[in-house]
Amino acid sequence: MTRSRVAGGTAAGLGIAVLYLSLIVLIPLAAVVWRSADEGPGYFWRSVTTPDAWAALTLTIGASALVALVNLVIGTVIAWVLVRDRFPGRAVLDTIIDLPFALPTIVAGLVLLALYGPQSPLGVNLAYSRAGVVLALMFVTLPFVVRTVQPVLLELDTEMEQAAASLGAKPFQTFRRIILPNLIPAMLSGTALAFTRAIAEFGSTVLISGNLPFKTQVAAVNLFSQIESDNITGAAAISTVLLVVALVALIALDVLQRWGSRRG
Amino acid sequence: MAIEVRDVNKSFGATPVLHDVSLDVAAGSLTALLGPSGGGKSTLLRVIAGLERPDTGTVRISGVDATRLSPQRRNVGFVFQHYAAFKHLTVFRNVAFGLEIRKRPKDEIRKRVMELLELVHLEKLADRYPSQLSGGQRQRMALARALAVEPQVLLLDEPFGALDAQVRKELRAWLRRLHDEVHVTTVFVTHDQEEAIEVADTIVVLAGGEVVQAGSPGEVYDNPANPFVMRFLGPVTELGGNLVRPHDIEIRQDPVEGGSPAVVSRVVRLGFEVRVEVEIAGQDAWVQVTREQADRLGLGPGDTVHLRPAPGARSLALAL
Repeated sequence: MTRSRVAGGTAAGLGIAVLYLSLIVLIPLAAVVWRSADEGPGYFWRSVTTPDAWAALTLTIGASALVALVNLVIGTVIAWVLVRDRFPGRAVLDTIIDLPFALPTIVAGLVLLALYGPQSPLGVNLAYSRAGVVLALMFVTLPFVVRTVQPVLLELDTEMEQAAASLGAKPFQTFRRIILPNLIPAMLSGTALAFTRAIAEFGSTVLISGNLPFKTQVAAVNLFSQIESDNITGAAAISTVLLVVALVALIALDVLQRWGSRRG
Repeated sequence: MAIEVRDVNKSFGATPVLHDVSLDVAAGSLTALLGPSGGGKSTLLRVIAGLERPDTGTVRISGVDATRLSPQRRNVGFVFQHYAAFKHLTVFRNVAFGLEIRKRPKDEIRKRVMELLELVHLEKLADRYPSQLSGGQRQRMALARALAVEPQVLLLDEPFGALDAQVRKELRAWLRRLHDEVHVTTVFVTHDQEEAIEVADTIVVLAGGEVVQAGSPGEVYDNPANPFVMRFLGPVTELGGNLVRPHDIEIRQDPVEGGSPAVVSRVVRLGFEVRVEVEIAGQDAWVQVTREQADRLGLGPGDTVHLRPAPGARSLALAL
């Protein structure tokens, strides 16, 4: 009696979850993929390999990979400082980390353009350059690695480090052999999330990049221009490529996490 | 002396934790640092290990001044209450850690680790991860890990504190046997007087950041330095201004010279031993008698009895 009620509750929960996921995520995505094949595989291939679409895709994926790597290092350092160091303003810094999540990305683009554009008060002009694109992507993806590594670092047993020290490990050896292996799953997870977020980015790059085809136009903006010129199938093809790249990154992440939890 | 601590003071902020602590630990001994929580015993152990710096005072290990040495260079083995297992490494790699750091040859590491795992009865679990072990197994692993580097002294901070009663009992006996086999100078912290008496050959009682008494378990139990030590080492009953162990009290039905009258409130039979709970001058106390004595006396609640210290009883005057 009790068991069937529990099972019924679980089934209802599962049903809701699957229905929701289907309506919000799976069906729209399937529709995009379906749409991209409308004119056959030849057309699909031609759509994603037009010089401007290809340039936009390679720029996006390359810049996103670079940004993900920068995040991997800097995000971990920031998480470390937030957890292990005591300094005035730590709570403020901790709050500021989330700002890129909270801000509409177009506002981020505006701020970056004001600070690093042609009228830069710092004398640094990154407008209409690929460096500007990378900067915008770094801004919006900053929180991912910080927020995945931070809780793991908080939970990390500092007695492990003391034990390592009393066994003769110098601080760097303790970091490399004890701390880092425990952080790596979270670091990779945050990096993968930052990467997938970056390949989809539109708002923050649209202002500072100037959207110069072959130079600073990112995939999402290219996609938007395809839609504006009524090439829906071509836009769907580019979307599918982005989708596949994101999926590969997330699957890689999942594999890495399984590998990590098996050892945890 | 394997460890000589001299006049160590340590405060955390404004809170003094250790006050002029001096301590000698003989080479090859098994010493318990016993005391109530917050008495400073864990801090003292961490000062010896180099995990805390004393504000003043010195620590010598095997005759060498170690006060300014980092924990890496003291060659002490440290075992933590909560195991501090390297959870991303197998049992084998945990135990091998100190040897890998010392860059010993692979064959030698393998041989030494397997020896130690046999010593702690974990040889079959060498490829497991710590999360797959029970608490007792993790603590034995931590012990093997600490022993792997052949430390000059082995320090254990409440090593059995996180384990359940049954496992704790087993590990106590096992630690005693291990020490008889390995002979490494060992200091362990505990707040459990029974554990200290059962395992250690020397007990150092620490309270309020000071060493109150040091000696063999028998000395500390039979000749406590003050009422605090007497109360901490075992049960006591207050009798005519003296503290007496409940098993050192004579119980009579008729008035007796030097006896105090008391009223029986309850008789509790605990197998062989019987606990007679009484009220003396408005205060609760108890007397431990054998079942045979209890049957002979035929005591029941409400009976008036007369109590006095048994001949040869160790008692301690309260008004010091």
